[in-house]
Amino acid sequence: MAEILVLVDHVDGEVKKVALELLTLANRLGEAAAVWVGPGYEGAKDKLAEYGAGKVYVAADEELTSYVVAPKAALLAQLVGAGSPGAVLVSATAEGKEIAGRLAVKTGSGVLTDVVDVTDGLVAEHSIFGGGIIAHAKVRTGTPIIAVRPNSIAPEAAPATPVEEQVSVALSDADKGARIVEKVVQEKGERPDLTEAAIVVSGGRGVGGADNFTIIEGLADSLGAAVGASRAATDAGWYPHSFQVGQTGKTVSPQLYIAVGISGAIQHRAGMQTSKTIVAINKDPEAPIFELVDYGIVGDLFQVAPQLTAEITKRK
Amino acid sequence: MNIVVLVKQVPDTESPRKLKSDDSTLDRAAADGVINELDEYAIEEGLRIKEAQGGEVTVLTMGPDKATESIRKSLAMGADKAVHVIDDGLAGSDALQTSYAIQQVLGRTGFDLVILGSESTDARTGVLAAMLAERLGVPQLSLANKVEIDGTAIKVQRQTDYGFDRVEASLPAVVSVVEKINEPRYPSFKGIMAAKKKPVETLDIAGAGIDPGQVGLAAAATEVVDFAEAPPRAQGQIVTDEGDGGTKIADFLASKKFV
Repeated sequence: MAEILVLVDHVDGEVKKVALELLTLANRLGEAAAVWVGPGYEGAKDKLAEYGAGKVYVAADEELTSYVVAPKAALLAQLVGAGSPGAVLVSATAEGKEIAGRLAVKTGSGVLTDVVDVTDGLVAEHSIFGGGIIAHAKVRTGTPIIAVRPNSIAPEAAPATPVEEQVSVALSDADKGARIVEKVVQEKGERPDLTEAAIVVSGGRGVGGADNFTIIEGLADSLGAAVGASRAATDAGWYPHSFQVGQTGKTVSPQLYIAVGISGAIQHRAGMQTSKTIVAINKDPEAPIFELVDYGIVGDLFQVAPQLTAEITKRK
Repeated sequence: MNIVVLVKQVPDTESPRKLKSDDSTLDRAAADGVINELDEYAIEEGLRIKEAQGGEVTVLTMGPDKATESIRKSLAMGADKAVHVIDDGLAGSDALQTSYAIQQVLGRTGFDLVILGSESTDARTGVLAAMLAERLGVPQLSLANKVEIDGTAIKVQRQTDYGFDRVEASLPAVVSVVEKINEPRYPSFKGIMAAKKKPVETLDIAGAGIDPGQVGLAAAATEVVDFAEAPPRAQGQIVTDEGDGGTKIADFLASKKFV
């Protein structure tokens, strides 16, 4: 069976859940081979082995993470050229898609983005136009490069004993064109990552102000959830832009999505419509969000949300 | 400074968006066209850089006749001129081919700075800036929420999940922008009138130096196998709060084993 390369998403050695999802998917399509870029592999090794990485290419050189995406694409292109893998899987994050894009140009291959599943014959399933259409697509030129949306595949433990291979790549001047001089961490809380969280609680226009977002955060924390916000809330400056869920923000696909004070315009729906279970609290019974919900309460969020938080805390 | 802003006309997200049954490409006739929202931020950033540094802003678009609407709006906002590549041979091109075609056109226009929105609301692939930077061999300054230029030195803040990266490079470069970067201006009446007199160069594939064998549906590196409308979500239960709404949601969540 062909090797399926998986670029491992990690932050300073901490493996993201999506990497485990991709390893699970890769082992369905062929033999998962993880690609680790940057320092920190030793600490992540056991986790990758646990989720079925039969092979790991380790490129530990810190220089590879000192420039915007190009070095990662250069490394992957080299591995594709040397090993002829069946496909390359990356996470469909903003950066993952950019790496996929550069790799596609370097290898003359087709790229599929925002994929939610891949089946036999490397047919990829996409959910497009805000979840309104399910399309199947495949790559017909080169090595398929597939960017898979986080939370689309359930990660399964499948212990393996990885064969490790240290690799390096010579960077061209063009690869080193955009130098990262500083990584600025603005919001690092205890909450899970928005795109990876099993539960997301989002607040919108109805929340009414930055201070009131403590209500959303309180509810999120009672559930161990990530916090999101609609564009109305981020545009108003009530919550940071990087937490925006929607067409011009992040696309999330959690097990449970709770929309609080969000009317559900297409702008927002496009970013959360594929959530498995949807709950909404809104005072307007005509709000379009209610067309999507599994359970909705028409009411004042300032009454309902704190009561819900208290009730969840009580039942724990 | 020679600033080229890439603009894409997309179906209005408020109108129904469909794929065509014969070739699985976007049915552009079925929906109203609008300028891709993030591209307005790209135009605005281009105009601000021009206002600070001097130079010229050229709008570049590829697409059917209808895309002239987006060109007109871009010119009305303040862009100086436009290049419109219009050719049936481009229809059905995927991202890889589109980046090739744009590279060819940029070879004609030249550039110090190429600016584009970080993704379009229709395809949402978010790969174009990266592909272009790769093809052009220039720095990729993508997902920028702040751009500073000093001579040929350019610094951007690249938006990340944890905050942002400070990135430095030298011009020429490709910059993609996120919506936090600025607040796009509305075209003024004066701008709308002036736009009518601004030059719009129309090119076909041959005129743009694009190899017809490398673009279009038949040569695409990807293909849509099939598609269908997603099954509608089953109507859920909607209850009016009578003082126990929070408790009721908790009951629902418990029934689904979330609590």
